[in-house]
Amino acid sequence: MFERLKKNQFLFEELVKRDFKQKYKGTVLGMAWSVLAPLLNLLVMRLVFTQFFGRDMEHYTTYLFCGTLVWSYYRESTRGGMNALVSNANVFTKIKLPKYLFLLSKNVSALINFCLTLLVFFFFCILDHVTFTLKFLCLLYPIVCLVVMNIGIGLILSALYVFFRDTSYLYDIFLTLLNYLSAIFYQVDRYPAHIRRLFLMNPVYCNIKYFRIVVIDGSVPSLNYHLLCAGYAILLLMIGAWMYKKFNHKFLYYV
Amino acid sequence: MSDGGDAMKNVIEVNGVSIRYITGDFKNIGLKEYVIRRLTGRYHVKEFWADKDITFSLDSGDMLSIIGSNGAGKSTLLKAVSGIMIPTEGSVTTNGKIAALLELTSGFDADLTVRENTYLRGAMLGYTREFMDEKYEDIIAFAELGEFQDHTFKQLSSGMKSRLAFSIACLVNPDILILDEVLSVGDGAFRKKSGNKMKEILASGVTGILVSHSIEQIRELSNKILWLDHGRQVTFTEDVQTCCDAYEEFMNTKKAPKSDEQIREMAEAFQRRKLEQKGKKHQQQVKQVEAYIREGNQPAVDAALAILRENRPDLLAENVTGNTKG
Repeated sequence: MFERLKKNQFLFEELVKRDFKQKYKGTVLGMAWSVLAPLLNLLVMRLVFTQFFGRDMEHYTTYLFCGTLVWSYYRESTRGGMNALVSNANVFTKIKLPKYLFLLSKNVSALINFCLTLLVFFFFCILDHVTFTLKFLCLLYPIVCLVVMNIGIGLILSALYVFFRDTSYLYDIFLTLLNYLSAIFYQVDRYPAHIRRLFLMNPVYCNIKYFRIVVIDGSVPSLNYHLLCAGYAILLLMIGAWMYKKFNHKFLYYV
Repeated sequence: MSDGGDAMKNVIEVNGVSIRYITGDFKNIGLKEYVIRRLTGRYHVKEFWADKDITFSLDSGDMLSIIGSNGAGKSTLLKAVSGIMIPTEGSVTTNGKIAALLELTSGFDADLTVRENTYLRGAMLGYTREFMDEKYEDIIAFAELGEFQDHTFKQLSSGMKSRLAFSIACLVNPDILILDEVLSVGDGAFRKKSGNKMKEILASGVTGILVSHSIEQIRELSNKILWLDHGRQVTFTEDVQTCCDAYEEFMNTKKAPKSDEQIREMAEAFQRRKLEQKGKKHQQQVKQVEAYIREGNQPAVDAALAILRENRPDLLAENVTGNTKG
């Protein structure tokens, strides 16, 4: 396994480079968009929800940013991942190479974006007078979970997308739904306990919540959150890996 | 070299390989139609066998040519041998490192530069970064793209693209080399260069499989031949010349032979036809010579002499000058 990774390292690096260049081709600002896009997005949401809907909780900007930070990483990485196989069809039908590399490389460029946004996020935390503690190191945990989960979902989606091109439209609708169910701009506190528990069925929400507990409440989340985040990640990764294993040699008939 | 030890037998063994494509399933007709047809019970899948029951084996150093008209299943079979595709039935066993050069120009990225594409393709073919650093200049020089290194790929002409693709691919140092129509890229000069390069690689003792539409090339390069027709194996033989003769006859008549017997007959028919053509040409030329001599002026006699020189140099060996002056 390790040897195979090493063998493919060069290819992997070149693929990541290509995906990055593809992403910003023709733009004037290039990589600056990685920071600008989520920032402007945040400003719009902040404007809308404070001015029009009159939310006045403490640290609302940070609360909102926790949501958009996790959410945009999730969306970008899974939407990009969905294309991984189809857009590389003319390569893997001619050259024998491990197909999951295409997905991983797309995920890397999304991850780099996420890291840049994360820096901006910390900067905003300072502006919002959030106290930094050692507990912030806990944030590594949901990040790792997110990475694994996004890879898993990317595997599933890219495989499905080969067989059903409808997947793209369906997933867009699903994303809209999931966006509203992730409590990005509202609070779930006003719902009764059994409804609040339903929110935990949403893996993205679990990770957002984890972020908020650490950053805003300044405490370490309970064991349940740890189990949930890791559980979702591992489950989805396993489903994705199983699909790639099962359909590895079928993809080429359908692209 | 492999761990076999003694002279390598069966570097490639293809055993009863069949490859099936399915048409008319949910991918073709879309999800909506799929559900409707499932509900109404009108859902049928059509099968298409690109290859049916293909069997052959190659020893180390063999050069196999696969012939057959378009859609005979040549490229699909190559994909199965190179491991890109898994056969629906049968098995493929290979010993050694495989390099498959199939449809070279696809898979490049139009917006990356020539340099970036070169590295990307090299990586895809399994080279290391050090190897590419070392060979990059050679590749560009061989492809004659020195001044285009920082142009994007889409700015190149199609000839340049295939030149680059070939130059990257021919660095390979495999045990098994699979070539699908790669010996005919670029303009005349480059084709000659690339042909020589390929011969150099083949001479180093690799086992090769070649798909080419040039019968001349096949006669020259291969020692075994596999003939496919609509996915069916017509023959696998070491008698390359006879098979090529029969194939040339097939291209004329469009009737595929059913047995070795028929192949022999077709080969003979081809030879007969060739002789007949030669005979016809000969008769024509005899008539021309007669006409020229009857006309009698100097240019006509020169033309007659030219024909004689081509067909019967023996007649002209001695007192030629004497004859013509008379």
